[in-house]
Amino acid sequence: MDFKDNKSNIRNIYNITNNSDFTKNGDFKNTSNNNNNSNYGQTDNNITNNVIIDRVIKYKDNIDTDVIIPARYLNTTNPEELAAHCFEDLDKDFQNKVKEAKIIVAGYNFGCGSSREHAPLAIKASNIKLVIAKTFARIFFRNAINIGLLVIPCVDAAEEINDFDQIEVNLDDGIIYNITQDKKYKIKPVPGFIQEIISSGGYINYAKKVLGKQ
Amino acid sequence: MEKDNKILKDKKGVFTKPQTITQKILAAHCDKDYLEVGELINARVDIVLGNDITMPLAVKEFQKIGIDKVFDNKKVVIVPDHFTPNKDIKSAEQCKYIREFVYNQNIENYFEIGQMGIEHALLPEAGLVLPGQLIIGADSHTCTYGALGAAATGVGSTDLAVAMATGYTWFMVPDSIKFIYNGNLKPWVTGKDLILYTIGLIGVDGALYMAMEFTGEAIKNLSMDSRFTMCNMAIEAGGKFGIIACDEKTEEYLKDKVKHNKKSYSIFYSDPDAEYCKTIEIDCNQIELQVSKPHLPSNTAEAKQLSEIKIDQVVIGSCTNGRMEDLKIAAEILKAKKVNKKVRTIIIPATQKIYLEALEKGYIKTFIEAGCVVSTPTCGPCLGGHMGILAEGERAISTTNRNFVGRMGHPKSEVYLSGPAVAAASAILGRIATPEEVV
Repeated sequence: MDFKDNKSNIRNIYNITNNSDFTKNGDFKNTSNNNNNSNYGQTDNNITNNVIIDRVIKYKDNIDTDVIIPARYLNTTNPEELAAHCFEDLDKDFQNKVKEAKIIVAGYNFGCGSSREHAPLAIKASNIKLVIAKTFARIFFRNAINIGLLVIPCVDAAEEINDFDQIEVNLDDGIIYNITQDKKYKIKPVPGFIQEIISSGGYINYAKKVLGKQ
Repeated sequence: MEKDNKILKDKKGVFTKPQTITQKILAAHCDKDYLEVGELINARVDIVLGNDITMPLAVKEFQKIGIDKVFDNKKVVIVPDHFTPNKDIKSAEQCKYIREFVYNQNIENYFEIGQMGIEHALLPEAGLVLPGQLIIGADSHTCTYGALGAAATGVGSTDLAVAMATGYTWFMVPDSIKFIYNGNLKPWVTGKDLILYTIGLIGVDGALYMAMEFTGEAIKNLSMDSRFTMCNMAIEAGGKFGIIACDEKTEEYLKDKVKHNKKSYSIFYSDPDAEYCKTIEIDCNQIELQVSKPHLPSNTAEAKQLSEIKIDQVVIGSCTNGRMEDLKIAAEILKAKKVNKKVRTIIIPATQKIYLEALEKGYIKTFIEAGCVVSTPTCGPCLGGHMGILAEGERAISTTNRNFVGRMGHPKSEVYLSGPAVAAASAILGRIATPEEVV
């Protein structure tokens, strides 16, 4: 009996469409006027014209928060200090790889384990532009959006993209294009609610907006 | 006929469908009578919890929001339990930062060391968690409180900061898996074995984004401590909530706490014809003592099949298994015995109250006479923080909740997860063992 068939239910909870305008005024762009109180809540990561082109670091299923940032380093909240130890127990070569490749592609259940927001912070501060995975663990997924790390679930792309492939992700058109393999993958819509959080520049700025309305 | 179509009217005459306990609790927190699975809601929260690791980040974010006060100084709960008593200067700075926030905000439920405990054992014990509540905590094991018929889940520090400011957070209404546990438990088998077995069955993402609803006669007969253990590990299957509906045992557990705190609560049950994405029946008569091998909680085996595995350290404690039932089982096995000379055995009562009760019952004496270390409450070794870190190549059996690479120390160390009975028996024999081998 296959108890894991529920994966189909969760694959598409967060996707991007062609006409989605969530990148238009959102913080996926490298917008200098995009506001500013939430330092690490801002994405910039050299994303221009809502297109990300970079090489891939590929990891397996069930990448847990203990290997993303081991708990022994949780005595700080400084993103740069955290980045220095990112993936240290999984991949000794990560710090070198990330100089050449700034997109992580992984399997099912990326970010499982702890609720530590230090995990997406460490990844983002390592200059990773985007994580594509077959699925994401719930808390990590939410934390990533909250701090402005772009996360995209896509089973087929995550299956077929290889380590060090060069890929192009067009956020406006909702397409992942594997340049190395000449293959395209479609990705789907973000609920309006999430779009508002992202277009506000992360959850803190969104909250400021809501409190301002009250 | 309406019932056949699963369409019912609620008290306002609106057509609704049957719902799970989780849908009902979430609905009650956004003033609705019915919620669809997959619906996104903005819900009121009853408790917002943080610890010494997640709270510093949350406070930083809270301050960026630009309001002066938390939404309710009684509903924000702060427990410094992970790297406390402060393990190093950086940890001390983090705790100092939190403490300043606590005093500035006049946070009522702050538990300083000396009064504290591991958060997920402490909050129910203090009567802060009640059935029907919606609770978020910046700790993944916040799902523990589902054992009291509450909807409780882990979030990150930013979510926590916003909830501290607004008293609200957004949720997607999750699908539920119904687990029906039939039959009776074998000797020494506890909630830990049931949940490890279950995670072994469905995998570490088998309940991703879902509520795990635990039901059946074996759950009805299960102690509250074992129920906490089961709900605690729902996250290890990717679950959003682990939940057990309130029954006589829950009410008995709450009786004095409610009276003392002058509080009341609402009880919710799943409708008999509520929809589940899956129903899984488990025959408990067949469940042996379980162990999860490195490096995933789903990597389960029967303890008796692992008797070749030598160990260097035993940890009995944590938000998963540091309660009275766990210490009682460990004491029964360690009574008048000595732990193996090559094994360091660390026992950590989860709260001061549990520590004191174990002392009064003579368990602490038993542990010390057996050659165990008994520590003040801390999460310490569970996450490789302090109080029992493993060196390269070392191996522990632990009643904690995760066995990922490097979880308890060196990336080349190993953690085997078990309940208290297997951990205590293993301490005596220096290898993975079952209680039958030593008692």
